[in-house]
Amino acid sequence: MAIVPSVRVQADDFNPEAEIKKLTAGRSDVGGVVTFTGYCRDEGGRLEALELEHFPGMAEAEIGRIAQEAANRWPLTGLSVIHRFGKIRPGEQIVFVAAASSHRRAAFEASDFLMDFLKTRAPFWKKEHLKEGGTGSWVEAKSADDADAARWQ
Amino acid sequence: MKIRYFAWVREKVGVEEETLELPADVTTVKDLIAHLKTLDDNHALALADEEVIRVALDQMHVEPHEPLGNTQEVALFPPMTGG
Repeated sequence: MAIVPSVRVQADDFNPEAEIKKLTAGRSDVGGVVTFTGYCRDEGGRLEALELEHFPGMAEAEIGRIAQEAANRWPLTGLSVIHRFGKIRPGEQIVFVAAASSHRRAAFEASDFLMDFLKTRAPFWKKEHLKEGGTGSWVEAKSADDADAARWQ
Repeated sequence: MKIRYFAWVREKVGVEEETLELPADVTTVKDLIAHLKTLDDNHALALADEEVIRVALDQMHVEPHEPLGNTQEVALFPPMTGG
């Protein structure tokens, strides 16, 4: 039976080490945990911060749908997704995915799948705050992200 | 029907949300966007490029041909840039 993923949408930072422990504590069937942590870049020193707007309610629901799809598709022993919102500065963590499985392939693929669909389907939008010139523009969606997501069809 | 806007669509429309009585001939997402564009210049500008506008009915992504049916809340927003 597919596991029930853990999904959190929050303003606060998170601790990847603690999240990995939650997936492995007290169990002996986990063969590997693959994690992805996304950080805020400074875009060559240009960026003061990113402001992440989200659609409360739908953000949790949509990530939950994507995560459940991954859990149905791969034999995972656990799956955690965290996505932050609000103002995030360069060097800070934005997003976290951890997939645990008895064998590595499922964990690698599930986390890759999760990130592709978080990019294209989770209702978040990034606005740039610039070091010089105040509020910049909204980050534009990349067609490469759509192409990445289409790999899983 | 409650309409919510996000990111630059919200900024261009000028409100976060509004509740509208829709004409009877507005039955699909595409009809709704066409109707909203007639309201004023802000709506027309925000929704000018229909190809890029994404839509959720009651917090589920849908395509433009989707009927509105018994939808309580429509959200209109640009392509997402999370992750």
